[in-house]
Amino acid sequence: MELLLNPVVISLVKVLVIILLFVMVVGTVLTLMERKWMSAVQDRIGPNRANIGSFRGRGTLHIAADGLKSIFKEDTVPEGANRFVFTIAPFFGFFSAIVIWAVIPFAGPLGGFTFQITDVNIGMLLVFAVTSLGVYGTVLAGWSSNNKFAVLGAARGTSQMLSYEIFLGLSLVGLFMIVGSVRVSDLVAYQNTYWFGDVLPKWGVLTQPVSCVLFFVAMLAEAKRLPFDAPEGESEIIAGYFLEYSGMRYAAFMLAEYVAIVGIGALTVTLFFGGYHVPWLHADGFHLLGAVLPLPAWLVVLLQLGAFIGKVLFFCWLVIILRWTVPRFRFDQIMALGWKRLLPVCLANVAVTALVLLAVDGWQ
Amino acid sequence: MLVFFYLFAAAAVLGALGVLLLRNPVYCALSLVATMSALGGVFILLNQEFVAAIQILIYAGAIMVLFLFVIMLLNLRSDEQFIARWNPGKVVGIAMALVILAQLVGVFTSASATLGPAGEYPAERIAKEGAVEIVGGLLVTQYVLPFEVASILLMVAIIGAVVIAKRQIAKPSQEGR
Amino acid sequence: MSFTLSAADFLSVLPESILFAMGMVVLVFEMFGTGRDTRNLAYLSLLSLLVSGFALHRLAGRGITGFGGSITADPFAIVLGMIFLLVVALIVLVSIRYLHDRGVGHGEYYALLLFACGGMMLMVSSTDLLTIFIGLEILSISSYVLCGLIQGDLRSNESALKYFLLGAFATGFLLYGMVLLYGATGSIRLPEIAAAVNRSEVRGNPMIWYGLGLILVGFGFKIALVPFHMWTPDVYEGAPTPVTAFLSSAPKAAGFGALIRILTEGLGALTPEWSQVLWVVAALTMTVGNALALQQDNIKRMLAYSSIAHAGYILVALVAGGRDSLGGVLFYLLAYAFMNSGAFAVLILASSPVRERVTFEDYRGYGYVEPALALAMVVFMLSLTGIPLTAGFAGKFQIFKSAIDKGYVWLAVIGLLNSVVSVYYYLRMIVVMYMQRPTAEHPPERVVPSVPLYVAVAASALGVLYLGVFPAGWLELSVRSVTSLLAGG
Repeated sequence: MELLLNPVVISLVKVLVIILLFVMVVGTVLTLMERKWMSAVQDRIGPNRANIGSFRGRGTLHIAADGLKSIFKEDTVPEGANRFVFTIAPFFGFFSAIVIWAVIPFAGPLGGFTFQITDVNIGMLLVFAVTSLGVYGTVLAGWSSNNKFAVLGAARGTSQMLSYEIFLGLSLVGLFMIVGSVRVSDLVAYQNTYWFGDVLPKWGVLTQPVSCVLFFVAMLAEAKRLPFDAPEGESEIIAGYFLEYSGMRYAAFMLAEYVAIVGIGALTVTLFFGGYHVPWLHADGFHLLGAVLPLPAWLVVLLQLGAFIGKVLFFCWLVIILRWTVPRFRFDQIMALGWKRLLPVCLANVAVTALVLLAVDGWQ
Repeated sequence: MLVFFYLFAAAAVLGALGVLLLRNPVYCALSLVATMSALGGVFILLNQEFVAAIQILIYAGAIMVLFLFVIMLLNLRSDEQFIARWNPGKVVGIAMALVILAQLVGVFTSASATLGPAGEYPAERIAKEGAVEIVGGLLVTQYVLPFEVASILLMVAIIGAVVIAKRQIAKPSQEGR
Repeated sequence: MSFTLSAADFLSVLPESILFAMGMVVLVFEMFGTGRDTRNLAYLSLLSLLVSGFALHRLAGRGITGFGGSITADPFAIVLGMIFLLVVALIVLVSIRYLHDRGVGHGEYYALLLFACGGMMLMVSSTDLLTIFIGLEILSISSYVLCGLIQGDLRSNESALKYFLLGAFATGFLLYGMVLLYGATGSIRLPEIAAAVNRSEVRGNPMIWYGLGLILVGFGFKIALVPFHMWTPDVYEGAPTPVTAFLSSAPKAAGFGALIRILTEGLGALTPEWSQVLWVVAALTMTVGNALALQQDNIKRMLAYSSIAHAGYILVALVAGGRDSLGGVLFYLLAYAFMNSGAFAVLILASSPVRERVTFEDYRGYGYVEPALALAMVVFMLSLTGIPLTAGFAGKFQIFKSAIDKGYVWLAVIGLLNSVVSVYYYLRMIVVMYMQRPTAEHPPERVVPSVPLYVAVAASALGVLYLGVFPAGWLELSVRSVTSLLAGG
């Protein structure tokens, strides 16, 4: 019992549960769901043939089939490639996609227990720092493959990710200014305060709508998802920076991409859509227009967990549906959009937010 | 904690040595990334998470990526051309470096080498008020002048980069003189 | 946390702000209409320098400090600021035709000059290490770019690259030195550092000594003191000539200004120690600079080495210390600005894009082709040598006299001997111009007239003569300006 209450052990358990039971599972399932949803968009059925005996499970077995295939495929290293760099490159992207989960809260605290691995006071800065390391996966993979297409993809990916990292940070400045903190728990708690007494929750998407859109776009570009997937651009440069990869290392790239999609969902929800909060649900129950519906604490936490996971899944769905509804931007369009359109909008957003805050403060 | 410090410190030193001794430019850059990240770890041990995050975000995440990017675009694969053979200059250089190292060790291990008076922001206060809040506040109050002037510095650097990088499109570049 | 900016804060950086703002205006102005005529850009820059100078003049005597004391508009800063503005104005004048003929960077050139000037003014008016450093970096980065302005020219590229790499390295030294100083004293403000250093337990701290050493190394690079002078000739030779004229006078003056402020206002208590080090450096700088200048055939290189020697003379005054010596530094900096810019202006006037006249051979018999121009060159060369009735003489006299008064007889003797040596290569110019016949491969040509260049040459020559004949007024002002520095330290 002593051992189980040790904070280090508790953190480790949280890490394992969150990473293995949630992130990896959702990421893996998404690999199938993408193909399913894509088929739905294109009015097809999608993968449904993998079977054990007569059991097909509407294609769910394809997840296992893909995994097995990746494991048993030959793991090639192209001739002239830099073996060491080629080997380590996939881990960078995976690392940065995983570590951001350290600061994401899944539900409100229950007793002394928090559903968050760590609530560091630098909060979102940790996320920025870690996302910025994800670029290495792209640049190293492309460079080490000894392939012109890979280098091309890496060049595109690096410049795109470096550029959009700037808007990623800048787009959130307005939000930080309103809340007055970069700590994730503060950002989430603020979204359970209300306008007009207790009517309208101050979700990030309402206080900072521009910021919300910009952040979502920047995250898409960071994850190199359509319409920002010029670094992979299969119709132009085959598969871009990871075209020489096969087997498990290829799977690592794919899995990192889907984990990153879950990450996009989680961050968007946490920052702009109330985090784990259900509107009007406080720690002791629902409050609306003065009426109170008391609920036991465990039920509140369950509701919050469900709300969080539901919201995250919604955004995963949105990211995937976006892929099958919009065309790919050309590379110069991506850069022009970033530097000439989004950057001024970001800066204007910060300035306007500052002015509004100043006016409101002066008013009071 | 001391164990972690030695771990990070060793990583930083090894990374720095790697930058000097490795032959492949990409390995050199990666060593530098390791050094920067290890320094970030040292900052965390000093309870300066903010500095650590900024260190990793800016040095490891942005600047070193650009290094790698340039190496990649120039395709510096052949490593021979960068390695000068032993020559007198190198010997003198190494000797000087060792002298400086000895001096630094002497300075920092001497008994009279003490830090100046502590400032207004000890670690406890930073932990209480938040490093981001304190640094942000200081930047726009006490240090507003250097902060603003630094933006001029960055602008000068940007103008400089554009001036150097731009090609003269209007007319073919004339040969020197 | 309550914090307000007062009018004094804004006033204290008004001259710099004008330059920074006008630099941006120049950049934008180039894009629209009249800005395409590059002369307009030059005149706009001159106007900004003038306005900034006016603002600086209005600050004089008010003792304004801003930003919690980190900027001070004391007489020292104002006098040095005036020198910078003057040098940059001269450089703008000599650049107009040079840039136009060669079709290289216009808006950015003038803008970078203005930024550099603002950086220099910030350096000398700041009393905290952080702002001094940022000012220095604005200056340095502008200078690197200015050196590499001529893209097609390999030597210009080499110059920029060399300057950038070594300069960045020196910056590292300087910053490390400042960090150690901060670590040992707990402050980046010079007055607080001075207070800390006055306590004996702080003075026994080796971190201070190491920091001081590294700061001296960093500034030694920036103002090209021996043994940190190696970059000078290559950088100066390769850079476009107006840029060389700029580099050899203004940044050195700024470096000296900031160094003097750090050493007297911040580390005044350590004077006995640092002056010993600088004694050796001064002797070396004068001697090596002159010895190498003797061997040059390229006038730009000769002037580069001679600028090293002149930095040595100025350092003599810094070693001697005290009001008269430091006043002598300000006097010498102005005198050097005139004579050096003037000499470069003549080189630029005599050159054309077709034919650069930068070696001694190019000037054979020049005295009979362009008598007025040659005469001006004679004035500058005599002044650089230190012949009476020129500014150079008055400056050297003040420096060596005050050094002897302070008991640095040997240093003064070394300086005087070096002055004698320098006669050889300065007078060589005069000999070539008047006593040698032009040869077929170096035919003399009349120069293409250019009013701004004539103005620059004439202004420099008049400045040299005026300071040489009537040194008293400026000298008194210089000595008075440094008083406030010494009162604190």
